[in-house]
Amino acid sequence: MSDEKKPDKQGLSRRGFLKASGISLSVPLVLNYRMVKAAGAEVKVLGPGKAPIQLTINSKPFTAEVEPRVTLLEALRNDLDLTGAKRVCDRATCGACTVIMDGKPVYSCSVLAIEAQGKKITTVEGLMQGERLHPVQQAFVDNDAQQCGYCTPGFVVACKAFLDKNPNPTPEEVKRGLGGNLCRCGTYVGVRAAVLQASRGRKGGQRG
Amino acid sequence: MAEYKWPDADKRTLIGKRISRTDGPHKVSGHARYNSDLNRPGMLHGRLLCSPHAHAKITSIDTSAAEAMPGVKAVYIIPDPDREIKWAGEEIVAVAAVDEPTARDAIRAIKVVYEVLPHSVLDTDPKAVGSLARPAQAQKVGDPDKGFAEAEVTAEGLYGMPVITHCCLEPHGSVIEWEDDKNLLVHLSTQAVSSIAAAMAPVLEIPAANIRVKQDHIGGGFGSKFGPDRWDFAAAQLSKKAGGKPVKIFLDRDSELMVAGARPSAYAKVKVGAKKDGTITAWQSESWASGGQGGGGSPPMPYIFNIPNQSKQHTAIQTNIGPQRAWRAPNHPQACLITMSALEDLAAAIGMDPLEFFLKNIELTGPRAEIYREEFQIAADLIGWKKNWHQRGDKTAGPIKRGLGLSLHTWGGGGHPSDCDITIQPDGSVELKMGTQDLGTGTRTTVEIVAADTFGLPMGVVKVLIGDNRFPTSGGSGGSTTIAGVSGATRRAALDALDQIFAKAAPALGAKPEDLEAVAGTILVKSNPAKRLTWKQACSKIGQVPITVRGKNPGPGKLGDSGVGGVQMADVSVDIETGVVRVNKIVAVQDCGLVIDIKTAESQVYGALIMGVCSALYEEKIMDAKTGKMLNPNMEFYKLAGIGDIGDLVVHMMTGKGYDERGVIGLGEPPAVSPYAALSNAVANAIGVRVPTLPLTPDRVLAALAKKGGSNARI
Ligand code: FES
Ligand code: FES
Repeated sequence: MSDEKKPDKQGLSRRGFLKASGISLSVPLVLNYRMVKAAGAEVKVLGPGKAPIQLTINSKPFTAEVEPRVTLLEALRNDLDLTGAKRVCDRATCGACTVIMDGKPVYSCSVLAIEAQGKKITTVEGLMQGERLHPVQQAFVDNDAQQCGYCTPGFVVACKAFLDKNPNPTPEEVKRGLGGNLCRCGTYVGVRAAVLQASRGRKGGQRG
Repeated sequence: MAEYKWPDADKRTLIGKRISRTDGPHKVSGHARYNSDLNRPGMLHGRLLCSPHAHAKITSIDTSAAEAMPGVKAVYIIPDPDREIKWAGEEIVAVAAVDEPTARDAIRAIKVVYEVLPHSVLDTDPKAVGSLARPAQAQKVGDPDKGFAEAEVTAEGLYGMPVITHCCLEPHGSVIEWEDDKNLLVHLSTQAVSSIAAAMAPVLEIPAANIRVKQDHIGGGFGSKFGPDRWDFAAAQLSKKAGGKPVKIFLDRDSELMVAGARPSAYAKVKVGAKKDGTITAWQSESWASGGQGGGGSPPMPYIFNIPNQSKQHTAIQTNIGPQRAWRAPNHPQACLITMSALEDLAAAIGMDPLEFFLKNIELTGPRAEIYREEFQIAADLIGWKKNWHQRGDKTAGPIKRGLGLSLHTWGGGGHPSDCDITIQPDGSVELKMGTQDLGTGTRTTVEIVAADTFGLPMGVVKVLIGDNRFPTSGGSGGSTTIAGVSGATRRAALDALDQIFAKAAPALGAKPEDLEAVAGTILVKSNPAKRLTWKQACSKIGQVPITVRGKNPGPGKLGDSGVGGVQMADVSVDIETGVVRVNKIVAVQDCGLVIDIKTAESQVYGALIMGVCSALYEEKIMDAKTGKMLNPNMEFYKLAGIGDIGDLVVHMMTGKGYDERGVIGLGEPPAVSPYAALSNAVANAIGVRVPTLPLTPDRVLAALAKKGGSNARI
């Protein structure tokens, strides 16, 4: 885990962190895991009760105690009060929960929180640069790529990840590359224009 | 006394321009808090136990194991006097626990014994459901027999669309807490902030005045989120049992699709007749519809075209599915699909271009005939109708067949009652308060535009506060009534407030109040614009106490109207080997009086078209006859269109002379009416045969092709 230098309010101290992740101490103090033998190796089994986890989100360390069955999305929303990512389909269909994990867009409803440990997670809350909107966010505003806005954070994150990979997409690539996000209000015309505006080529982006 | 009218076109600084929604930055940054995002202090998580049966009596409920579980704080059996379940997914018990996993475990620990009763969930054949089919009185207009005798050509067909579900991305639900014994704080996802308290009070036995309702943002409603629902009352009861702690219940996706959304189906066997020159002479329909226990009402058919001779018979079918809820333009999409498909089939039977055929009969549409004519002309240019239309059945080689279709629609959209308070402070700051809600239509943005334009101020000065029932009352957002209601109330409040500012500033300018004008951040003397005060200076003349003015809708002056129309044309390609329909393009031409913000208005129309593509091509609440359950209560199999599925969309708003003078009229619903008919007609034009019922899925397209040569086919 890269970001454990400064324990912030919600963070663990370095010592606490090491305890929590069971790296150097063999006595599981508050921990709820067992070691079992599987295929000849010792495997750590968490649960069924709560286990402490540490996540790196938007370059900050966060800790929580969650049951192993809790998804990253639920941990973000319920335990860490990061509610930009939304729970909509809850089974990897709609993209409303999209976050970036180690550089790739993932559906956070379909990642267990315990498995997201040690990964670099970026949520929609991490995209703004200070008070300034990220260019993708600004493009969403300019092209009215939102109505109720419930799908919007997921869409914004997916667009950012899409443009990171393909900074200069054609309109056809936009149509194919962003098929993993669904919007009920019907904002796709705005989203298409927003992606083009935010792309390196800056192809105008005038919606319509 | 202010003159209550909209500013002339050359005086509008913000009204009618292209302005980005003001809460946009909030939404794109993830900072906008929907009620489903709230984590209130000490909040408990509620879950529901729902019936697996579509029709059953409850014999017993044992919640003891759940109650004994650590972390479970309250268990509440939802009252149901006859203890009879009428649809699968009906809520029986609610539980509140310290976290979601615990609440889910508790639900699983509850034992309910059911006596399963016979159910019926199918609505496609009224003859198959016995007494559950309830025919209404037959209706007659003119002389149908004579009308059909005069007809030289007739067409007959079956048309219809299934029950679909709203699938709001933010599910239905709330966070509810007792602040003390008598005061309730409600954060509910609703289209009607001002009306929730009155609906909850009698059940909870507290005065409505003690119920505070708040909502900053709502993640979609589309007609399905007006009243408090049973789970909201359950949340209030759980909170009470848990000593007032906030309880959050938002539906899981399966419940959301099963019980919190249903647009009634509608099917009809239609016969229409016309003379060879295209003059329509008679209509006959036998229709049926279902939306759950209450059956389904009769769509207004024939839609828009007031055919002189009609005979109609409608049957409501009772089913064991989640109850129907209003959906964008209730009953209009159904009526439109059935009517426009039947008329298009008739045009094909005559061998006439449907555009020509519709225009030939346009007088039957009544007072809006000339507007429809103008709109059709514009749409035809935008889609290249003349060049691209062909007789039924694309005769070009290869499996991909292309076709064009059209439709037209109407809606009311008059403004609802609304109050608006505007407070102007001596330092020039302005606050606007209204108990309305912004469904994503841009309500927040539009009221700011109206107030700022009236005061001669730029965007960003007027602080808009909505979404709280402590603010002046405003109607629910349904029936496209919001924009005319809130803009009328805001304009009146702003004009009256400005009058007061003029009165205070006049002495300093050595002019009479009526000679003053608010322009570009100043209050100036009309005849001598050099004599001016800045807005701030003028407001400093107010004195110590701020001015608050209330504006109302309805009120003096003509600021709004009712009655709009629009036409749509669709261009599709159909693969006759796979049955897959692709949308190439849809054109929408729409009038709605004076448009406050072109940008968000267009978004409404784009959204309506996309929603139309969703239900024309994909959506269906698939019910299993055997188990009575919905087979696709998830978003993999309850499909919505994605960004690549919608083709190119073109929106043309009818604005300017002849339209603006009417004042503001609602827009949310009308453009959502026509897409189904336009797309179905385009598919028929492409493949030469009508696909009778929506959604236009590959299996239905292939089945229709297999029957080619049937009653509707003209190749
Ligand atoms: S909520 Fe995760 S993909 Fe829909
Ligand atoms: S903006 Fe409402 S769901 Fe996309």
